[in-house]
This record gives sequence, C-alpha cells and structure tokens, in this order.
Amino acid sequence: MQEQEHSLLEMRHINKLFPGVKALSDVDFTLRKGEVHALMGENGAGKSTLIKVLTGVYQNDGGEISVDGVKINIRSPQDAQNNGISTVYQEITLCPNLTVAENMFIGREDSFLVAHKNYEKRADKILGELGIPARSTQILGSCSLAVQQMVAIARAVDMKCKVLILDEPTSSLDDKEVKVLFDLMRDLKGRGVGIIFVTHFLEQVYEICDRITVLRNGELVGEYLTEELPQVQLVAKMIGKDLDELSSFEGVEEKHFDDSDIFYEASSLSSSDALPFDFAIHKGEVNGFTGLLGSGRSESVRAIFGADKINGGTVKIKGEPVKITKPIDAMKHGIGYLAEDRKRDGIIADLSVRENIILALQVMKGFFRPISRSEAESFADEYIKVLNIKTASRETPIGSLSGGNQQKVILARWLLTHPDYLILDEPTRGIDVGTKLEIQKLVLKLAEDGVSVTFISSEIEEMLRTCSRLIVMRDRHVVGELKGADLNQTQVMKTIAGGEAANEE
Amino acid sequence: MKNKITNIFKGGFGQLTIPIVAICMLVIFNLFRDPSFFSVGITHNNDGNIVLAGNLISIINAASELAVLAMGMTLVTAACAGQDISVGAAAAIAGSAFVKVLKSGPEITGFSVILAFIIACCVAMIFGAFNGTLVSVFNIQPMIATLILFTCGRSIAYWINGGASVPVDSPIIKAIGSFIPGIPVPTPVLIVIVVAIIFKLVFHFTSLELFTQSVGINGSASRLNGINATFIRLLTFVILGVCVAVAGIIGVSRLGLINHETLLLDVEMDAILAVAIGGNNLGGGKFKISGSIIGAYVIHMLTVTLYAMKVPSTDVKAYKAIVIVILVVIGSPVIKSKFTKFMTQMKNRKQEVAMKGN
Repeated sequence: MQEQEHSLLEMRHINKLFPGVKALSDVDFTLRKGEVHALMGENGAGKSTLIKVLTGVYQNDGGEISVDGVKINIRSPQDAQNNGISTVYQEITLCPNLTVAENMFIGREDSFLVAHKNYEKRADKILGELGIPARSTQILGSCSLAVQQMVAIARAVDMKCKVLILDEPTSSLDDKEVKVLFDLMRDLKGRGVGIIFVTHFLEQVYEICDRITVLRNGELVGEYLTEELPQVQLVAKMIGKDLDELSSFEGVEEKHFDDSDIFYEASSLSSSDALPFDFAIHKGEVNGFTGLLGSGRSESVRAIFGADKINGGTVKIKGEPVKITKPIDAMKHGIGYLAEDRKRDGIIADLSVRENIILALQVMKGFFRPISRSEAESFADEYIKVLNIKTASRETPIGSLSGGNQQKVILARWLLTHPDYLILDEPTRGIDVGTKLEIQKLVLKLAEDGVSVTFISSEIEEMLRTCSRLIVMRDRHVVGELKGADLNQTQVMKTIAGGEAANEE
Repeated sequence: MKNKITNIFKGGFGQLTIPIVAICMLVIFNLFRDPSFFSVGITHNNDGNIVLAGNLISIINAASELAVLAMGMTLVTAACAGQDISVGAAAAIAGSAFVKVLKSGPEITGFSVILAFIIACCVAMIFGAFNGTLVSVFNIQPMIATLILFTCGRSIAYWINGGASVPVDSPIIKAIGSFIPGIPVPTPVLIVIVVAIIFKLVFHFTSLELFTQSVGINGSASRLNGINATFIRLLTFVILGVCVAVAGIIGVSRLGLINHETLLLDVEMDAILAVAIGGNNLGGGKFKISGSIIGAYVIHMLTVTLYAMKVPSTDVKAYKAIVIVILVVIGSPVIKSKFTKFMTQMKNRKQEVAMKGN
C-alpha cells in the first residue's frame, strides 16, 4: 500500500513569469506511481505552461521538481527525457514519411551505423507487447492518426519513461480509437507508469482518471479523487463560479418561420469537395449540420461561403438569385464564415488582435478605403470588452493568446462585419467550458437579433442546445433533417448511424 | 512619449534594433578611426553649383538605387515569402527603354524625359507582372521564377539599343544623376525621399500593408477572409517593377549612358541583404520598409568605410561578408532569445537587490 502511495513526481511552488503575466504562481502538483492524473482548467489557466515547465520547454522562475524523491533541474526537453519524462502532444510530432521503427528510434541511435534489422525487431516486440496494430516496417503516414499516436507512446515507453504526459491525445480520434488508446493507458498504468492526461472532454476524465488537479488563472484550485468530485462540481471549480448559469441555460424555444422569411436558399449546390445538396435558412434561425467527421458537413458550409471551387447549383438570397463563387461574394451578401481549423484558416498569427479583428471588415470596405488607426482601435477595444477577450493589449499578436481567446477574436472579426448570416464551423473545439457557454449564448442572442446562424459542433449536446433544426449528413449526403420533438440525442444518433429510418418516418 | 523613450532604452526598437545598432556601430567606429570621416563640406562642382560634399554625402547618394530597390523588395518578400533576383537585369531593361525613348526624339526636353520615365516604368511593370504571374498564379518559388528574367534580362536590354553603350547628354539627365542647380543635396537622395513618402502615402490611403502581411503570414486564412492573395502577390511584383525603373533611371542618369552589362550589376543580392539587415523576415509576413532603407545605407557605409581604410577593392567583398555574418547572427532568433533572457535576469537581480536594500 505504501509502495502505491509513493509519489513519483513532485512539483512544489512552481512559478513562471511571462512579460506582464504571471502564468503560474505557487502551483503544486503530485503524480503517484501507476495513476492516471487529469490536469484540468480553462484555456489560459496554466495547464500548458505547467506541462512545458515539466518538459523543459520553459524554465520555472521558482519552485522545485523532484522525480522519485530526487531533486532535479530540467533545462531542456533532453533533460526531461533523461529523467524519464516523456510527452505525446496533440499534434503528432513524428515524421510521417519514415517507417514506424525509424520513428521509434530516431534521435537515439546507439551509433552512427543504423542497424535497421535490429531496430525493427525491437520495435515489433514493443508494439506486440502493447498491442498496437502496426508493423515496424510500415510507413508511419499510412497508419491512422490513433495508431500514430500510439507509436509515439510506444517510443516513450521504450525510453523507459516513468512519467508520460498526454496532451489532448483524443481530440482527433473517434470513439473506437479513444477506447483502444484507453486500453493502452490502463496497460501502462499497470506497469507503474504515471500518466498526466490533459483533455477538454469531461467524460473521458471520468472514464480513465484516478485523480484530478484543477488550475485556474495560473493558480492551484486543488487536487481531488475522481470519485469524490462530481462532474458539475469539476466544471464549477474550473470556471470558478456557481453553476446557476449552466443550469439556467434552457433549450431553444421552438420558433415558427414563414417561407417568406427565408434568407438564404441553395438548390443542388455543389463544389469540388461537396456533393450537390439543397439547403435553406430563415432569418433569425439557428440550424446545425451534424454527422461524423468527414461526413461532408464542413464541405457543405464551405460551399455556401464559396470557400472551395463551386461546380454548380443556384443560390438565392432574400429570393433574389445571386452568384457566390468566392468568399468575397459571400461576404458582400452578408455571409460570414468562421472556419473549422482556427490555426490554418482563421488567425493571422503575427498580426495584432486589432488587425485580426478589423481584417474582414477592411476587405469588405475595399482596398482603397482603409479603416483609420483610431477607428480600428475603438473597434478592437469595443469587441475585446463585449466578448471579454483576455489579452494583454489590443496590440498583442493573436498567436500568443490562448485558443479560446483566439476564437473570440475571430468571432469579433465576423461580428464586426454585421453579417445577416453567420456560419460557425466548430467554434467551440478545443476551448474551455466557460468560453463554450459564452459562445452558445452569443449564438442565441444573434438569432434573437435576426441573424441566421449555422452552427456545427462535434458535441451533439451542444448542437441540441442551440439549434432549432439539424441537418444530418453521412458519406457526403444529407440523410435527414430533424426538428421539434425529434431533436434529441437518440434520434440524432439513429439518423447518423442509419439515416433511412428517419427519412421514411 | 516618456513611455516610448523608456521602451527604446529597454532595447525596444523592435525590428529596427539590429539595423540601428549596426549603423551606430559603423558611425562610432569611423569616428574613432578618423574623426574627419563625417565632415561635410560645401564645394563648387564642375558646373559651378554650390553642393554638399564628403563621405557621408557620397554614402547616402551611392545607396540611392539600392534603397529604392530594397523598398520594393520588402513588399515582395513580405507577400511571397521569397525574393526577386532579377531586379538588376530588369533595371537594365528599364534603363535601356528609358534611353531608347530619349534618343528617338530630336532633342531631350523635359517632356521627353517624363515620357521616357513613364514608358520605362510601364516596361518594368510588365516584366514585374511576368514574374508576379509565375509566382502568384503558377505557384513557382520566387527565386526560381525570377531566375528566368535574371538570366535573359540583360540580353533583352541588349536588343533594345542594339548593344551599343548609348550616351545621353543633357542637362536634365545630369540634374537627375547628380545635382539640380541651386539645390546642394544630390538628386538621387531626393528621389529616395520622394519614393519613401509615396510608400508611406500608399500605406496610409490603401490597405496594402495589412493585406500584404496577412497574405504573407497565412495565405489560406486571408483567402477565406475575402482577400485575393493572387492579386496582392502580383501587385507587389508590379510595385517592385516601378522601383526597378526608378533605380534603373537613377543609374543611367548618374553615368550619362546605358551600359546594359554593368548597370546595377549584382544589386539583387545587396537588395535582399538590405531587407534582411532591416530585420524583415525573409520567410514573409510582418515588415518594415524603414528597416530596409537603413539596411541599404548600412551596406554602403560598410563598403565606403572599407575603401577608406585602404582595403584593396578585391578584398572588400570578403571583409563585407565577415561583417554581414556578424550582423545576421546577432539578428538570429537564437541570439535574440538569449539576449531577452539575459535582460530579464538582470532585471530580476536588480529587483532582488532593491528588495534587500529595503
């Protein structure tokens, strides 16, 4: 029993300063042998900073770290590895064009002469032991994302890691893959590895974790045993306020729309990525596109915005036929689109919050009518306040904000254009509970003000809360449309899984 | 205002820190070496005008073509994450076209010079658009795309004037290349100032700066915000074309003849260097035109300093390379982050001492 309680990793009084911000102040963290420990907190709470201090990416400005009771100094990621601390990040950091074995041994060859056969044998042995469905000679890129992640874990295990950090490992995996990953985690746990698990998915925390440490605003809120902390309490501790707000969040009231109120209407619209589909949305309506990843939901809304090459179909706005073939056409007709991939299609990382906010409006005003500096500053200040964007100043580069705040800046960019129809593709992915809630509320408020909104989310619950109509897609086809009493989790699942039934009813 | 000054003392010129430090170091070095290096005198030139003379004036004067090219190159670099290596060859074409038009009339008048300038600009813009199309429409890497014009540009210049080194002798051309009677400052320096002001005005009255940076930092996101990235990239090349024409005409006017083989030879690498010394990221994105201008002066001050130290002209390039390596390494992200760290440590220590003192 004593052996089990023995703490593997102890971090005491950790401080970390960034110019103008105290990212961590006096944070303690303890990891015991053979436990899965969730590190929870909103974006900007200090989770990533703590992980980076532990892995040597940042150096702490105060406090101490010990592994197995021995005090250590971590000055670089190499130091961390030598002390048995390994990390698997959200984005795969391996080389997809090399084989599995090469990826497992890259950077730690024993000599310059790489003994391929030897490595492949060792790799196969580890993969077999851990039950990872990959062969050592396979090119890593040909494996699924989940398997790639497991190879990264196998690499860590082979490096005799005592502490394994999994940073958002499940965000791009489907349910089945998550299950396999969890089995692997349980196996490692049995071998005495301590696992730090960072995620936004609350259910997963309750499925696999033994303990939870909650951070807020760079400070330690507390450490709890998972079974002693109900989910609602966890959320309350993360956002630091009572859950009255959460519970008072009512479902959408049913609204009735006349056909005369249709704002946007497309028939057999198709693009290079989307098969022909029909779609219409009323003024002030919130609708959703749902379906599994790759079902064509994002591709369809991209076609509405003209983001991909349009192949055919007719589009009417307020009954008038219009042509939308590129984003600027859509913007001129009052359509805004918040893209799914914030990093790739949303933020302009090196530009300031101010420049990012005015970008879309500036494009609409045109090349020869620049928004003056003072005007831009007042726009930026206004939206930083309205959306409660946490940033050091309006001149801070957007890339240095946390994910949730970046998303708010992009939202501000589109709100500033005063769109009639706003398309939000996964606006809440990878952001914290508090901000999620704010965004959902904002969507409903926009609808009240007469803006049409299309809302896409991987979390069905969230869609049920905000949308009054759901379009279900599977294999790039629209397979059903749900509204009213049909808007419940079971019905949505059924339609996603086997659309015919819903259609026939 | 006070804030601004304290910021500067904290090493906060931002992007401009390196070029400003470089130019200060060169100035101090020269002051120690030879205090009279920077003396500016007033003399009469051959035409009897009262003009300013001295090392400083000749540095600023000689760097004019480079400064103009560096401004255009900064924009292309920011939008396309690559550089145009054909600017020297394109300047030879523009210069040849300029001379061709001047020579086709019976005599050189103010009107014919303006006409020749406009035509030279158009020619350079067309070649810029050619480069720009290869880069923005066909997605060819800028260095590869502009390699084509780099290779054939001087041959095209040869065809325009039939290979002869045509002299242009006119008081107007002389005024452009050296001094306008009554004004003691060399005309090329005035032209640089005018071009810089035009850039500033363009940035003020259009969204060019914001759009160029957006396209350079994140092309995909820019497109989804309605920016026509292809057009912006093409536009930067066309603007560079105008700069090329201006630089070519300064070069021609300075010599009073067109030599298509030697006009602005090897200037492209200096122009790229000026952009880099100016603290601009050669991978595109955020930029500062002022940095590139200072960069151009740094390069020329370095050259003139070396000559003044009686370094043989064959060795100058080697010494130049040494200084440039040092500048580029100081400006590298690795050294920068080390420096910032050092500064914060110093600050913390100071605070600790202050605390103990209390």
